[in-house]
Amino acid sequence: MNPVVYKACRDFDYDGTRVLDILREVQSGLGCISGETMEMLAKELSTHRVEIEGLVSFYSFFSEKPKGKIAIRLCDDIIDRFAGVSKVAKVFSDELGIEMGKTSPDGIFSLEYTPCIGMSDQAPSALINQTVVTKLTPQSARTIARKLKKNPETSELLTRKGDGNNACLQINAMVKNNIRVRGEVLLCEGIPAEAGLKKALKRKEDAVIQEIRASGLRGRGGAGFSTGLKWDLARRETARERYVICNADEGEPGTFKDRVLLTERTDLMFEGMTIAARAIGSRKGILYVRAEYTYLLPYLEHVLKKRRKRGLLGRNIAGKKGFAFDIRIQLGAGAYICGEESSLISSCEGLRGEPKNRPPFPAEKGFLGYPTIVNNVETFCCAARILDGGAPWFAGIGTDESAGTKLLSVAGDCARPGIYEVPFGIEVSEVLDMAGADDPAIVQIGGASGDMIGRTAFHKKICYEDLPTGGSFMTFNSTRNVLGIVDYFLEFFIHESCGYCTPCRVGNVFLRERIQKIKSGLAEEADLHYLIELSNTIMMTSRCGLGHTSPRPVLSSIAHFPIVYASLTRELTDGRQASFDIQKALEESRRIAKRQSMIYDPIYGESTD
Amino acid sequence: MKKKIATVSLAGCFGCHMSLLDIDERILDLLKVAEFDKTPLNDLKKFTTRCDIGLVEGGCCNEENVHTLQEFRKNCDVLVAVGACAIMGGLPVMRNAIMNAVDPLRECLEEAYMNSSSVYNSTNDIPNDPALPLILDKVYNCSEVVKIDYQIPGCPPSGDTLWQTLNALIRGVPADLPYELIRYD
Ligand SMILES: Cc1cc2nc3c(=O)[nH]c(=O)nc-3n(C[C@H](O)[C@H](O)[C@H](O)COP(=O)(O)O)c2cc1C
Ligand code: SF4
Repeated sequence: MNPVVYKACRDFDYDGTRVLDILREVQSGLGCISGETMEMLAKELSTHRVEIEGLVSFYSFFSEKPKGKIAIRLCDDIIDRFAGVSKVAKVFSDELGIEMGKTSPDGIFSLEYTPCIGMSDQAPSALINQTVVTKLTPQSARTIARKLKKNPETSELLTRKGDGNNACLQINAMVKNNIRVRGEVLLCEGIPAEAGLKKALKRKEDAVIQEIRASGLRGRGGAGFSTGLKWDLARRETARERYVICNADEGEPGTFKDRVLLTERTDLMFEGMTIAARAIGSRKGILYVRAEYTYLLPYLEHVLKKRRKRGLLGRNIAGKKGFAFDIRIQLGAGAYICGEESSLISSCEGLRGEPKNRPPFPAEKGFLGYPTIVNNVETFCCAARILDGGAPWFAGIGTDESAGTKLLSVAGDCARPGIYEVPFGIEVSEVLDMAGADDPAIVQIGGASGDMIGRTAFHKKICYEDLPTGGSFMTFNSTRNVLGIVDYFLEFFIHESCGYCTPCRVGNVFLRERIQKIKSGLAEEADLHYLIELSNTIMMTSRCGLGHTSPRPVLSSIAHFPIVYASLTRELTDGRQASFDIQKALEESRRIAKRQSMIYDPIYGESTD
Repeated sequence: MKKKIATVSLAGCFGCHMSLLDIDERILDLLKVAEFDKTPLNDLKKFTTRCDIGLVEGGCCNEENVHTLQEFRKNCDVLVAVGACAIMGGLPVMRNAIMNAVDPLRECLEEAYMNSSSVYNSTNDIPNDPALPLILDKVYNCSEVVKIDYQIPGCPPSGDTLWQTLNALIRGVPADLPYELIRYD
């Protein structure tokens, strides 16, 4: 029995729902989870090897083949690509003598790309094991590589400290918050500590939910569902247990506002979760944090510990007799789909992060079958503030249907990327001005699953009535290629689709093929119709939100950049597809058969062509 | 003037053609308003005239398929891809799954003629007669090669479906394809 496997299983009490944590420990202890290890784990956990293998192959932070002792993961987000991550990659590759995607023969280094790590405001960036390095240049990459070669430890990589809590002992990262605009709800200074919780404890559960409903708070994770309604639904279910889950998976490319809230409004978030627990009658909560934010884990644990000490978690919270609640942290393992609430629940249960069928909705049957509310980090922070400031105050900010402020993660071609807390209803152009985007041509709002708009739509308002967003706001200048960006998003979705349903697993591949055809100038107008039709099919027939939204960059770019598409498509005069190249299609065959074509090689046959 | 129809089976199994024959005695009604030009049904090898409607079964797996399909496009006003193989490649397209192998085409041929457990090939030769058309690097569906006007899905589409389709095309009206004719579960 391998001691690492043994210890990992014991650390988590052989609990089947904690397999993810067990695997993480094994992966970091052994550098991989080999077939043999899977066999061992399956035996220890009284399950089948295929179950373990299913997890290892699903989550990108687990691997069957050995990863280096120092795993370098370069952020491959579109923002990082434009910021020159490929040059940085080349330096790492040259200095360490390994190709992208490979592990060095001595097993010390591995080098690979990973989807957005939530640092788009300080791109290009990378994760070196759990350490975040930001604003990389070829020079700084060279320095890092040489340092690592001399001493393969990540502790010496911190050449500068980040701001705010990033500099504290438990985080100690070079990450910057980049808070540019502080609004009156979340990022303002002097928020009274635990004021919302104290007020919530003085009121009946119903009244707390009523307050949230009256405030008009809608989920900040993207879908914009009424938070009060969700809580109410969970509360009304008859059940022995109820769960409160905070979604800090933040996988949407270009989004990083939860990172800043986790760093700077940690207590407020936990306060919001506690209020939710009180409102729905829950005793247990889970904070699901994406694996890329592992560097925040010690700090989050530290804050939880402090809260327990201060009587804000545990039994008789804040002196309220009979009110018990505690929170555990679940780390993800690198899968965008785990941000989707039912996948997230699967992941917390120790399963592959695959979405569940709905109904039943999580509020009815969620974690382990118990009523569960899943809310975004920002939603919980808002809830805490609403209980303190009151529903009318909150509802007075923003627009009719979109109450309050929104944190925008602004990144891309602008002078001041970072976090902007703005009231809902702000125009895109105002945000661009604030961020110092001097030549904005394309704005992708709401991340990869959001909409792409051009200059003619910069007057649109950011709110659920007009342009909704979970927080991502990427701006691109006029030198950027619209289709290149769409192509990137499709690549992302193809990678992140869980593969359960065909429209999403296959449809996104077809969308990408067609986009590439258009990009290469070999398409005709019918290809656009094909794209639109296929997009609608994917959105209508997919099982979860990923497939419901993945074609949006395609559809919105066709709608907003008609001239780009028109200039790249042409009329077929002879009915032949320009993209089909018979000579290329025959190359292999000629080589193998050692003869020429009777039809397409004029020297041999009389070409009827 | 009777409408002229041409049909062909490329990389298909002739199932779609069989299905066309399932229109049974209605073929007599069909021949009142249309006549066949190049088609395996009458064994005419070349186009004798320009056609109104071309029905294509099967996708393209070799150069001859491509050439024939291009001829059809050139000689037919309306080109209809009939059946799963023509539309998506069908069964033959399964070989595209090994596209990422080091030498995919060789692997495909060796599997088909040498290694597969059901093969008996004492000389281990891979057929390579000069008269054989060269096979393509992968299987292409019809719309990847030429512009296709309509697609009739099914494996095969039923005789009734093809009947309705032909009727509509001949009369120049939208096809009446009720749900029963285009469901495949
Ligand atoms: C593919 C996919 C990814 C998602 N990723 C996240 C995420 O990273 N963070 C998040 O809060 N919500 C994410 N969501 C939305 C969640 O499913 C869910 O709606 C949200 O967590 C509910 O919280 P809210 O009502 O507070 O927004 C995602 C949804 C989909 C379909
Ligand atoms: S839509 Fe995509 S991500 Fe969602 S269940 Fe289907 S395959 Fe999985």
